This record gives sequence, structure tokens and C-alpha cells, in this order.
Amino acid sequence: MRLILKLLLVAVLLAPAAGYWLTRPDRVDPEAFAGLTPDVARGETLYYAGGCASCHAAPEAEGEAKLVLAGGHRLESDFGTFVAPNISPDPEHGIGAWSALDLANAMLRGVSPEGRHYYPSFPYTSYIHMSAQDIVDLKAFLDTLPASDTPNAAHDLAFPFTLRRGIGLWKALYLEDDYVLANAATDTVVRGRYLVEGPGHCAECHTPRDAFGGLDRSAWMTGAPNPSGRGSIPAIDPANLSWSESEIAYYLETGFTPDFDSAGGHMARVVENTSQLPEEDRQAIAAYLKALP
Amino acid sequence: MKRFALTLAAATMVAAPAMAQDFSAELKARQGQFRIMALNLGVLGGMAQGKIEYDAEAAQEAADTLVAVSMISQTPHWPEGSDNFSIDGTRAMPAIWENTDDFLAKWSDYGEAALVMQEAAGTGAEAIGPALRQVGGTCSSCHDDYREPQ
Repeated sequence: MRLILKLLLVAVLLAPAAGYWLTRPDRVDPEAFAGLTPDVARGETLYYAGGCASCHAAPEAEGEAKLVLAGGHRLESDFGTFVAPNISPDPEHGIGAWSALDLANAMLRGVSPEGRHYYPSFPYTSYIHMSAQDIVDLKAFLDTLPASDTPNAAHDLAFPFTLRRGIGLWKALYLEDDYVLANAATDTVVRGRYLVEGPGHCAECHTPRDAFGGLDRSAWMTGAPNPSGRGSIPAIDPANLSWSESEIAYYLETGFTPDFDSAGGHMARVVENTSQLPEEDRQAIAAYLKALP
Repeated sequence: MKRFALTLAAATMVAAPAMAQDFSAELKARQGQFRIMALNLGVLGGMAQGKIEYDAEAAQEAADTLVAVSMISQTPHWPEGSDNFSIDGTRAMPAIWENTDDFLAKWSDYGEAALVMQEAAGTGAEAIGPALRQVGGTCSSCHDDYREPQ
């Protein structure tokens, strides 16, 4: 089945008119969002669990300025360079005019309010594990942040990746709502699985991708080449990461490795976020990583 | 004669990659100071986590050492051309030389965080954690921009 879909993906890339039905944007059920009351404090935790600012804050922003989600961070890939958009509450240039349902369609299905596919550089493949309540809470927190009127920059992609319709097929192949770790033995691992596979989107960098840019779930967390072209992103599965659970949790809190080197590169930004989480959540992430096969 | 020519050719080939310039002394110096920092952070971190029994004197010595390292002039350690695109054995990115002022400002931030640690370390194990996070923040903030990830 996957091979057939991959062949279809090729066909659609070559002939965008084909596969119209398979490529239509799919949306969440609005019923699931009716009557939910937002919890801003919970939304703040999700904001740090998801690391929104790591991509959506302006690239040079430091300290308080990281709360201004003006966009502009450039993500290099084999398909071209993606530019993170403005998701501040500005009604025109940001997402201030969006409803929680709009945010849900973006984060859980990769579909814009206008019904266009988002590129999977926006990791909805991970966010799909988040709940309706999560999205409502997160939207309420995002609405409390400062607005920015920075206009969005266009992605810099090569043909045929400029054809967004093809993303519909990509989603049919790679947008899966089941967890990679099927059996979570304890509540702590369940929480860790949700944080890592869901909002934390750790696998998006720590798991290798296939030729179409989909995550190779059979090589989960076994490391990957750095998409910037130099160096690699380390494997963090139990076979490769010898750190203890408490060492992993301490790293996510302070950025210090067991031999007191410190996090660098993009991981330094991740630690800025994980250091804001409750200690139990860092412990849960560590427990999940150790529970992987 | 032929043998001499071959030997010369072989020697040239071996030497070629290092021909650019020999920065081994500078690399040892700058990497050594980071090692000193890591060892002393390890003492403080171990005490903060309860892995090492708290000892006010040892904690103070570790913190004093962090401050001492922060006072080492960085200028001689970072000659132009000693970046990871030009030579092996370093993860120092060319951006250091493009944004020298910012790079040195980040080093000063480390120095200020080390002073906070110097005040805190002798007062008790529970005071170390917050100061350590502050020091760690300055490490990461510089590594984020200027050190190539492994």
C-alpha cells in the first residue's frame, strides 16, 4: 500500500492535475471544539513543550523578545528553504484573527484557514497527537503575547515542491495519528510519549527521513544528518544514548551534559523551553526515551 | 634521487592539510579553558544534584576558578583563520569572526554569571542550582550561535 502511495506521489509531482481527490485538504471535526473553556496556564506549558518560539521568534531575538512570534527563522532542507511565518496576535500579519478551530486545522491537519496545505516543515505530523483542549488552551496563551506587524516571507523552494496540492498525498503517506511507541507501561511513560511524539516534536530532527521527507518510523530517534548540511543530529534511542534518566532530565533542565559540556546549536533553544517545564515533565521525557525499543 | 623525490612528495602530501597555518597552541589554550570550566561546573553540579556531598570550601574554590577563567583574555586564543571551515580539530564557527563584538559580549555574560556563582556557592547546596542555570544559559547562548553541533 505504501509503495503504491509513493508511486502516486511521483505521479502527482509530475502531473498536478491527477490525484485531485486524494490531495484534498482534510479538516478536524468542529464538534470536538464546541463548548471548551480555555486554560491559559495550561496553554503556557504547551507553548514551552512545543517550543513555538524556537522557530517562530525572530532569528536574532533574545530574552523577552522571544515572546514576539514575528517569524523569519529559515529552515534549510533538501527541498529548499522554509521560512517560519508570523504567528503573533497581529490580526493582519499574524494569527490574531484566527479562531481556535483555525489553529486546530493548522496544527492537527496542516491546513490553513483558506484551505491550503501547509508544508510539513511545520510539524503537524507530531502535533496531530495533541487534543482539542490543548489547542484551545494554546490559542488562549498565544493571544496574550505581543503582536508584531512583520509581514511573512515566502518559502524558497524548487519546482515541483512549489505545488502544494502534492502535500495531500504526502499526508496520506506520513500523517499518522497512532503513536510509534505502541505500549506505554506507566503513566510517566504515557506522559513522556505524549510530550515527545506530540508537542515536543523531537523526532522531527532526531529521526531520519526518506527520499520524500517522511520520517522513517522504523529508525525512530536513531539520529539524522543535519538538514543544514554540516554535522549530524545525535541518536537518542537507548542503544545509542548511555545517559541515565536523571542525566537526561538534568540536561533538559540546565543544558549540561553528564560531563558538563553544554547544549549548543538548535538544542540550546530546545533547552530554553524544556527548562520552563515542570520537573515531572522532564522526568517523563527521559522515561519515554529509555522505554523505546 | 628518485627515492628522495618520492619521499619529498609523500612528505608534502602529509603536510598539505596543515599547511594553511598551525593553530595547535591556540586550540589547546581555548579548549583547555573550557575543560577547566566543565570540571569545576561538574563539582558544583554534583553538589546541586546531591551526587557529591556539599562542601562549602570546595564549592567556593570551584566558583572562584570559574571567575578566574572568565578573566583570561580571549584575544590570543581566536586568531583569524582558526575556524572549523579552515582547519580541523575545532567546532568554532566562522560567525565568531563576523560578529566578534557579540562573541566577546557573550563571554562577558559568562563572567557575570560566574560572579553570581561566586557569591552563591559558599552559602549552601540549594543556592548552587539557580546560579548554575544562569551560567549554563550563557554557555548555551554562545554555543547556539558560534559552535558547530556535533
